[in-house]
Amino acid sequence: MNSRLEAVEAAAKSAQSAGDNAWMLVSAALVLMMTGPGLALFYGGLVRRKNVLGTMMQSFVLMALVTVLWAIVGYSLAFGEGSFFVGDLRYLFLNGVGAAPNADYAATIPQQTFMVYQLMFAIITPALISGAFAERMKFSAMLLFTTLWSLLVYFPMAHMVWGKGGLLNAFLGGKIACFDFAGGTVVHITSGVSALVCALYLGKRRGYPTEPIKPHSLVLSFIGACLLWVGWFGFNAGSALAASSLATSAFVATHFGAAAAALGWILAEWIKNGKPSVLGGISGCVAGLVAITPASGFVKPFPALLIGFTAGIVCYLMVGFVKHKFGYDDSLDAFGVHGAGGTLGALMTGLFATNLVNDVLKDASGRPAPLGLVDGNSGQILNQLIGCAIAWVLAIVGTLVILKICDAVLGVRVDPEQEVDGLDLSLHGEEAYNLEA
Amino acid sequence: MKKIEAIIQPFKLEDVKEALKGIGIDGMTVGEVRGHGRQKGHKEVYRGQEYQVDLLPKVKLEMVVPAARLEEVIKCLVTAARTGKIGDGKIFVYDVEEAVRIRNDDRGETAL
Repeated sequence: MNSRLEAVEAAAKSAQSAGDNAWMLVSAALVLMMTGPGLALFYGGLVRRKNVLGTMMQSFVLMALVTVLWAIVGYSLAFGEGSFFVGDLRYLFLNGVGAAPNADYAATIPQQTFMVYQLMFAIITPALISGAFAERMKFSAMLLFTTLWSLLVYFPMAHMVWGKGGLLNAFLGGKIACFDFAGGTVVHITSGVSALVCALYLGKRRGYPTEPIKPHSLVLSFIGACLLWVGWFGFNAGSALAASSLATSAFVATHFGAAAAALGWILAEWIKNGKPSVLGGISGCVAGLVAITPASGFVKPFPALLIGFTAGIVCYLMVGFVKHKFGYDDSLDAFGVHGAGGTLGALMTGLFATNLVNDVLKDASGRPAPLGLVDGNSGQILNQLIGCAIAWVLAIVGTLVILKICDAVLGVRVDPEQEVDGLDLSLHGEEAYNLEA
Repeated sequence: MKKIEAIIQPFKLEDVKEALKGIGIDGMTVGEVRGHGRQKGHKEVYRGQEYQVDLLPKVKLEMVVPAARLEEVIKCLVTAARTGKIGDGKIFVYDVEEAVRIRNDDRGETAL
């Protein structure tokens, strides 16, 4: 009898593990698809024809570079149990990261699945920054910048929010419980704010804003944005780390956020400019996906609509007015969409997070703890604010220091002549469209 | 011999080609060009950044015809390319000294 029970238990466990692992591997692939081709197409279409390959390369090369960094030291620095601020070196060279689950993070899937899933986040985050220095950064400097940025900004921030013992980790022994389901602070604030610093440090593109610098193919951008929308289901629903009802809830919230934000941006633009644009629609959906990211595993569907709609309007105002007022050349609006949308989403998570959606956190008596303001936890908004502030400060200071280093070692900006010729020809020796060939 | 240079609306190209074919003019060179005369351009807005686009897409046809047929060809071009709105384009006429068919050294109107 006992042995039969054991056999049934083992079979049930193995079935759950198989289901969860299948979903997590698909999610990992979806998140990689967000960078290539998703983001590469989205950004590639927004630049001029002479820079499309250079821009796509900035996303693509990170799929290779960050992977190597992650294998050597990145995963350990992010998810090793270390200090409040950074992980230790226990997983150096992926030592001990194999088929056995790491129960602290995801008890039903191989730790190797968890590792490769998290890697995809480490890839897309620095790729997002490239929107700010598009069309004018040296390729060599970008490689050095991204390597240092991953080491000094991303891995520590990921550890603080998601790593065991991280300062802001609400679930695994953090000091300040900050809710960030899939990367509002870790991914979008760090990349968006760093993007602003890059845009200010590198200066404007030649001719901006007096000469027309128009997107060379909104068709590419459209395809890229739609791939991002789909890939984001892996990003957010995958962050449940299991094929669970929480994954469904995050999936729904993600989709609703994107939809409402697309409508919000289109509406705002229609009222202001008299015409609803395709670029506005796709920018809006990305803004909504950004804003719902931290909230996706904590909020019900209607707050998700509200968060998305607000993000659509706020991000439209950021790129349509605030950028022009201050005159910085955040070329593809990495700050306006990811920095602003990420901050907005992180703060609104503090309002709408509820234990009706996510009951992992328990209070002293073992009942689900109140999460956001809607649960009566008014203090959470302050915690969210602290999480945002830490991400902002780390991004600003880290990026500035790293840019100084890159500038001293390699120089960060291409020569004026190279900029006029375009990065495709001057840096990579090829052209995107050889239509007469 | 006269050279006719006609700058027309791109969407009128097929009509013009058909009309010229109808009166027996087969040879022409066509290029996509940009420009403007009295026609005003349009405004484009990308994420709140406005651009005034002055240079509009046009098609330029070039052909050389016997001087005797000039008026007939011009009339044909004008009829086929006209919409009656600003932006229909212009026709310029030049004298041509000589024409040579590269294949066989034909000269003058025989080479056309």
